[in-house]
Amino acid sequence: MKNKTKTTAEQGVQELFIEREFEAPRELVFKAFNDPELLVQWLGPRDLTMSIDHLDSRTGGSYRFMHCPATGEGFGFNGVIHEVTGPERMIRTFEYEGMPERGHVSLETATFEPLIGGRTKLAIHCVFKSVADRDGMVASGMERGVTDSHERLDALLAKMVNQPA
Amino acid sequence: MRRDVFQAIADPTRRQIINLIAHQTLTPNGVADSFDVSRQAISKHIQILAECGIISIKQQGRERYCYVQPKKLDEVSDWLADFRKSWESRFDKLDDLLAKMQNKTDDNNKSK
Repeated sequence: MKNKTKTTAEQGVQELFIEREFEAPRELVFKAFNDPELLVQWLGPRDLTMSIDHLDSRTGGSYRFMHCPATGEGFGFNGVIHEVTGPERMIRTFEYEGMPERGHVSLETATFEPLIGGRTKLAIHCVFKSVADRDGMVASGMERGVTDSHERLDALLAKMVNQPA
Repeated sequence: MRRDVFQAIADPTRRQIINLIAHQTLTPNGVADSFDVSRQAISKHIQILAECGIISIKQQGRERYCYVQPKKLDEVSDWLADFRKSWESRFDKLDDLLAKMQNKTDDNNKSK
């Protein structure tokens, strides 16, 4: 039984909340968010290859990630890292480089809360520059579609079965 | 001018109007009575809601009544559901990764 992902986007405000619990201690969940080798294994969208241009995961650091399709040009997104307080919190900015103009930056706060039984509750809070920016971000998640998501997960699972740890 | 369900619900007064007529069918004047703003302002909001397809206005005898079109509001919940699914698929992958990381940690502890 999978843990449920809860998304909240109240109409007319520029905030977005994502919540999810994990069956792992928060040190591990935090690590999966900050270690480049681990991050690429789960953060990328299904139909694109994710690569890390750089990730300096510390207070005052910065990052730039790339999403590349099999053919053609990819797109990047980047931000500065305002705070990394392991294993409980990270705060950073996010800007998608594919926008027609610069300056559409959002602020993301991720908190990792320890739960009983070595579990973790992740809460991501995003604040966008405008309601339109927030709605655009949600709509882009929709455009990527859902049909291929399970195929990608299946492929990853198959790979892990073939390569037992 | 953008006229869709998201523009309809972007304004707090319009959200209140939707809530109000979702519970009872009202005339535009009946709607205006529930607000402190002018009838003209409410009339404009009702016009926008009608153009966005959120409400329909039906003539009954001498009065016009506002009805909510609940199917239009479903567009909003679908919109967020697909966004959630895109994160679900990422978190599913993270679940598998975390399980793998925990197995490794257990192995290391055993070998110590």
